[in-house]
Amino acid sequence: MISASGLRKSYNGREAVCGVDFSVAAGACAGLLGPNGAGKTTVIRMILGQSPLSGGELAVFGLAMPAAAARVRARTGVVPQLDNLDPDFTAAENLETYARYFGIKAAQFAGRKEALLDFAALGGRGDARIETLSGGMRRRLSIARALVNDPQLIVLDEPTTGLDPQARHLIWARLRRLRQQGKTMLLTTHYMEEAERLCDEVFIMDAGRIIARGAPKELIRRTVEPHVFEVEAAAEAATAAAQAAGARVETVGDVLLAYTAEPEAVAAALKTMAGPGVLRRPASLEDVFLRLTGRGLRD
Amino acid sequence: MAMGFAMLAVWRRNFLVWRRLLGPSLVLNIGEPFLILVGLGFGVGHFIREVGGMSYLDFVASGIIASSAMFTASYEALWSVYTRMVPQRTYEALLATPLGVADIMLGEVLWCATKCTFTGACILLVVSLFGSVHGPGVLLALPVVFVSGVCFASMAMVVTTRARSYDFFSYYLTLFITPMFVFCGVFYPVEVLPPAAAAVAQWLPLTHAIALLRPLVVGQPLTQPLLHFAVLLVYTAASLWVALKFARRRLLV
Ligand SMILES: Nc1ncnc2c1ncn2[C@@H]1O[C@H](COP(=O)(O)OP(=O)(O)OP(=O)(O)O)[C@@H](O)[C@H]1O
Ligand SMILES: [Mg+2]
Repeated sequence: MISASGLRKSYNGREAVCGVDFSVAAGACAGLLGPNGAGKTTVIRMILGQSPLSGGELAVFGLAMPAAAARVRARTGVVPQLDNLDPDFTAAENLETYARYFGIKAAQFAGRKEALLDFAALGGRGDARIETLSGGMRRRLSIARALVNDPQLIVLDEPTTGLDPQARHLIWARLRRLRQQGKTMLLTTHYMEEAERLCDEVFIMDAGRIIARGAPKELIRRTVEPHVFEVEAAAEAATAAAQAAGARVETVGDVLLAYTAEPEAVAAALKTMAGPGVLRRPASLEDVFLRLTGRGLRD
Repeated sequence: MAMGFAMLAVWRRNFLVWRRLLGPSLVLNIGEPFLILVGLGFGVGHFIREVGGMSYLDFVASGIIASSAMFTASYEALWSVYTRMVPQRTYEALLATPLGVADIMLGEVLWCATKCTFTGACILLVVSLFGSVHGPGVLLALPVVFVSGVCFASMAMVVTTRARSYDFFSYYLTLFITPMFVFCGVFYPVEVLPPAAAAVAQWLPLTHAIALLRPLVVGQPLTQPLLHFAVLLVYTAASLWVALKFARRRLLV
């Protein structure tokens, strides 16, 4: 569905994407992860033909980009990182006018409009003006808008950033439903849990390069130990005890993270040293992410 | 998708938004020329009996049609287009559909010219109430207003696609639009200017829009219509070409 090789982009000589290779198979849900400024949005803009390539090759639906931009976008749905709904229209009118840009007439679209509003859990809010919608509603409307042309490929740039847990769960449910319908999806996110739940395969980007790729579970298994102990406000002694029990330790702020394949020994060591503030959990994609991209702030 | 269709989708978007604000725009488009014609036509016309073979009221009325076309098209292509391009990020949304930069730019120019033709029709109505319309040639006036609107919108688009803020437009208005309003024959014939200034005015598009519109409205024969059209078309083509280049550079980064 999407295949990129040696894809590069530089802005005024500064490289934002420095030669990435990846492909997304039809029907798959792929995640593009990476710290702020990693180049995720830049890759998406190139996929959509909104940004000329500085180098490399990129094909979407087997068509070379950006030459085939119009044809590719006709079959693609886009949820942009920042909402750009039309403030001059109501929610329903936003869908209608957007359908018109794809050459879909109001009469053809009439039946789908309500279905899309329902899909976005905005049934009955069709007449609402955009400025009266909450952030979560706007995001959902953006997703509904991305579906007006019944796309085969859906590209979502941080679909759940800034949303409350309920809204996020609703969007996850909708995205799963789209995946069941056989849509191919490419999404970016800063929520590792989201990528773990939704994606068949993730690409972790850092500073314009893909530094790791694979199915979330496999990536976790490959990159970090399976068990993690988190100790808040950890004392030096706790760190030493965990290390003595064979754990690999890292500190983020004042939190101690102890990674291990042998949890019982570490549990025993920490029990005496750290008291009640110990959380034991399985390793997650977030651990992979932090391990690979480091703990310092980006940008 | 055919290019023409894509362009019309942009046009239609603007039309739907504008339709809601029909009331205020009617007041503006009819009220303003009415006041100018009352003030200038009767006031100044009291002292000036005749200009170029017509009453001063007729002279100003036909000039105002052209200058209003210029202002309407320019304001829309400056402020409204900039609003859609920058704060509202409408074009960013459009560029996720099959529409391309050229579709957007041409759709906008078409819209600006349409709005300006509507304004022109309102003013013609007012002008006819004042008895300043003579002869059937007036039927051709609106198509000419449309062509002028395309020209002025295209020129303004060059500025808009380069602008970094609304303040930027002051340069264009003060250095280009206002001088045309004052020197291109809206209020007096260009020929009365010093020869050098008159020569400069001959190179400006408003002069040629007026040269086409005034005879059509007051019922005089057209002189050199092809020359005047050619000047408007050359300004249009050159501006569109540059504006498209700027727009691509700005939107496809
Ligand atoms: N139009 C532009 N002009 C110049 N530099 C740009 C432009 N757009 C992006 N960049 C730079 O390219 C790099 C990658 O940006 P990009 O927006 O792709 O990151 P991202 O991974 O989407 O980040 P975030 O998670 O914050 O959205 C950044 O260093 C950014 O400053
Ligand atoms: Mg981004």
